[in-house]
Amino acid sequence: MTKARTARERASRRSDVEVPALGPLGLLRWAWRQLTKMSTALVLLLLLAIAAVPGSLFPQRVQDPDEVASYIQANPTMGPWLDRLQLFDVYSSYWFSAIYLLLFISLVGCVIPRALQHFRAWRSKPPRTPQRISRLPQYRKVMLGGRDGAAGPTPDEAIERAAAALKKRGYRVQPQDLGSAAPSVAAERGMLKEVGNIIFHVALLAVLISVAVGSLFGYKGQKVVVEGESFVNTLVDYDSFTPGTNFDADWLNPFSVQLNSFEATFSRDTSDPEHYGQPTDFNADVTLTDKPGATPQDVHLAVNKPLNVNGTKVYLVGNGYAPVVRVKDGAGHVAYEGPVVTVPSDSVYTSSMTLKVPDAGPDQLGFVGLLLPTAVSKDGEIPKSVDPGLNNPALILSSFTGDLGLDSGQPQNVYVLDTQHLKELNSMTSSNGPVLLDGQHRKVELPEHKGSVEFLDVKRYVGLDVHSDPGRIPAFISFLAAFAGLIMSLFIARRRAWVRATEAEDANGVRCTVLEYGLLARGEDHRLGVEAEKLTALWTSLWEDRGVRDYHLKSSDEA
Amino acid sequence: MGSDINVTLGNWSEWFMLLAAMTYMVVFVAFVWDMASHSKTLGMQEAARARRRNASAQDASADGARELVGAGAAHAGASGGAGSSVAASSGTASAGGTTTDTGVSGEFRTSADRSTRGAGEFEALNYSHSARRPAARVAVMLMVIAFALHAFAVVSRGVAADRVPWANMYEFCSTGALVVAGVYLVTLVFKDLRFVGPMVSGLVLIMLCLATIAFPTPVSPLQPALQSYWLIIHVSIAVAASGIFTITFAMAVLQLLQSRREKRLALGEESRMGFLRAVPSSVTLENFAFRLNSVGFVFWTFTLAAGAIWADQAWGRFWGWDTKEVWTFVVWTVYAAYMHARVTRGWNGNRSAWLAIAGYMCVVFNFTVVNTLFPGLHSYSGL
Ligand code: HEM
Repeated sequence: MTKARTARERASRRSDVEVPALGPLGLLRWAWRQLTKMSTALVLLLLLAIAAVPGSLFPQRVQDPDEVASYIQANPTMGPWLDRLQLFDVYSSYWFSAIYLLLFISLVGCVIPRALQHFRAWRSKPPRTPQRISRLPQYRKVMLGGRDGAAGPTPDEAIERAAAALKKRGYRVQPQDLGSAAPSVAAERGMLKEVGNIIFHVALLAVLISVAVGSLFGYKGQKVVVEGESFVNTLVDYDSFTPGTNFDADWLNPFSVQLNSFEATFSRDTSDPEHYGQPTDFNADVTLTDKPGATPQDVHLAVNKPLNVNGTKVYLVGNGYAPVVRVKDGAGHVAYEGPVVTVPSDSVYTSSMTLKVPDAGPDQLGFVGLLLPTAVSKDGEIPKSVDPGLNNPALILSSFTGDLGLDSGQPQNVYVLDTQHLKELNSMTSSNGPVLLDGQHRKVELPEHKGSVEFLDVKRYVGLDVHSDPGRIPAFISFLAAFAGLIMSLFIARRRAWVRATEAEDANGVRCTVLEYGLLARGEDHRLGVEAEKLTALWTSLWEDRGVRDYHLKSSDEA
Repeated sequence: MGSDINVTLGNWSEWFMLLAAMTYMVVFVAFVWDMASHSKTLGMQEAARARRRNASAQDASADGARELVGAGAAHAGASGGAGSSVAASSGTASAGGTTTDTGVSGEFRTSADRSTRGAGEFEALNYSHSARRPAARVAVMLMVIAFALHAFAVVSRGVAADRVPWANMYEFCSTGALVVAGVYLVTLVFKDLRFVGPMVSGLVLIMLCLATIAFPTPVSPLQPALQSYWLIIHVSIAVAASGIFTITFAMAVLQLLQSRREKRLALGEESRMGFLRAVPSSVTLENFAFRLNSVGFVFWTFTLAAGAIWADQAWGRFWGWDTKEVWTFVVWTVYAAYMHARVTRGWNGNRSAWLAIAGYMCVVFNFTVVNTLFPGLHSYSGL
């Protein structure tokens, strides 16, 4: 299969032997030639595969920055070194980037000359018939004429009909030497194979560029929305926002989404205890306003069904419960009233809750604890949730009072209450026990007349991810092109055929025409022999009435 | 997709899976038996020929040369068909070009004889009717039965769970094994690939054992994240690609062994691996494996892209270097290197076989270790 070599490869073989020319320009040229060799591309591909592996062994910042931080903490000696080697940012590391950039430079250096060469080949005619067709990998010879004394076609006539038949088979043809003693036709097919190869490689480059565009000009953001509330796509309304390197906040399209209701369905199949209570469906009913002033539409949002608002996509990525509470301070004023977003921590939606009430006076209040959707308590034990459904919701809270430290200007995590400088009022361990609220006990007074907590309702919330990636569609189109090119390049056969006709006489003295033909494939082609047989069948069908015979080689044809 | 689970049918499915595994075991034994007996027959024929050759005091070296030429015949296209006695005179095989008198055959061709048999289309892999291989027949027949049992087990599991049967490790393994067996049986219709039978049936057996012993999972409904038609598209093509890669892996291993044997024989040494007599030449293996791998590579490319599209819909980004994505990418790159190796001087032959083996190792790693041990968004293994 190494027989058919491309011109490029022949050129690179020469460079193997050549001593690199002296001088910086010569060296550069030499380096370029090395880089654009097929074997370099191959090694770079293997290197890329190997270099990608550490990204699956170490936590990655693109995936989970917190996990990286805790990994480094857990491995204080190795961690920083691994970090210095960029093993937590493999896919944006210098070494990974170097490999794929070299690969793509190599690709450009490889594909452009090939494309030019192919363009020239496309414009030019099929190459001249070689002197010795018999040297080709597939070679056949038949004699036309002689059946019942019928004469064969003249060589010119034979070549013209053969050329027409080859053209019908998809070959482009070039008859040659018509009128001479040995006219011939040169034919070639499968020019699209190389086109496919070039499209494939260029499209891969386009995929890479599209991805780069996406990471420069896209953004992603997160927002938690409670039932009844809404979200407007502006910078201030996000809980967290990650812009692309060159993103401008003015590009945000201020659409709005209101969550009307959210429904989670859980497996209720008692015959399958192992999966009982597993979620089977999440569905959110939302009202979408495309842009300010547009008519609102009611739409569904589900896990695999994002909203698409003019290219910006809104995904349902999380959900949970938001108990509605009312907190009154020591003075009897309502210091907080509304839903509190809780974070589910297990499969029965035991959710941790943190509430900071800076408006409480004279002392600020803080609460941490759990929401249990279906609380069941055994005697003497703390209640536990046994089901993710909302059957007997209960809150178990510890309460604190003091300065929450919110005025210091330091940004705080809303899901964490720093209790170090606070005074504990209630807790699991304190003598008065935790604040326990459920369907029967709607309201609890805090000790020391600090106020009261009231459990009003439980709402659901959803976590939304908003993504805009301008490279998505171009990447997709590039992929389609690459895929089509790949299929063309792998499954189209590129072949050349030459047919020559000469006059002869058979054993009975009838004037016949000898048709010699040979085939050559570009690269390896195990069906070349089949094609040769098909051509034989083709000639047979053309000249069957005059007689078509196999013509065995004369000794003079050898050598 | 609802969650109507039919437990009885699920149990039936598991019984049939066991039954299929046991049948595959017998298939494996029969294939091994066939390899042993067939290669012995071939060895005896070879020895007899050698004796005859010595007796007639012909120069054996010419014959030896022809045999070597025959090894390259797959693409050189030496003719062997009975009807079309076209003299083969390709570049390599011109030694075989017999010198005869000017067209005296007098046999006119007719358009009826369109036979393209023996025209070089991997003729070394065509069935030859001279050799009788009863053990192989039994093996293939039993394999069809095992496939039917296996197919029933997989389909009934799908029906029992009311969804496609590829959503956890048990199902990946059992459905994957079904696809391997299916791809193999289909190629058997066209080509005599019985020589990979021991390896393919062995691998199928291992996959079924893995499914039933290492990853037993009762029938269960789908998590919301998996409820998408992309599960059907993405995973089915991935499993099909893996099935193809399994067979080409077996061929790559045989290719390496065969090329070692060829080298030894060329040096006039004895080879201890006599069973390889029943296996085609390393060049034929390489070329045929390449055709299959091209299809596998196209499938894998599709898997990669379909996964990206699905990820885009489910998680809002089409590529996030999740562990599973990393390994799918690694597999793709290794096979891309393999595709290049085939046209790179110095990288075809044994090296390309090693690349195919490395690629398959990555496929296996991706399906087993990554699915079970690595955390990631794809942790749907059901374990
Ligand atoms: C991003 C990296 C690359 C990938 C994934 C890739 C992939 C492939 C694949 C799968 C094929 C086989 C299918 C076909 O014929 O189209 C192929 C063929 C080819 N590649 Fe690449 N390639 C890459 C880079 C390169 C580079 C850098 C070069 C040049 C040095 C190159 C040169 C070629 C050539 C010449 C062929 C055609 C071989 C033939 O004539 O059959 N490729 N490539």
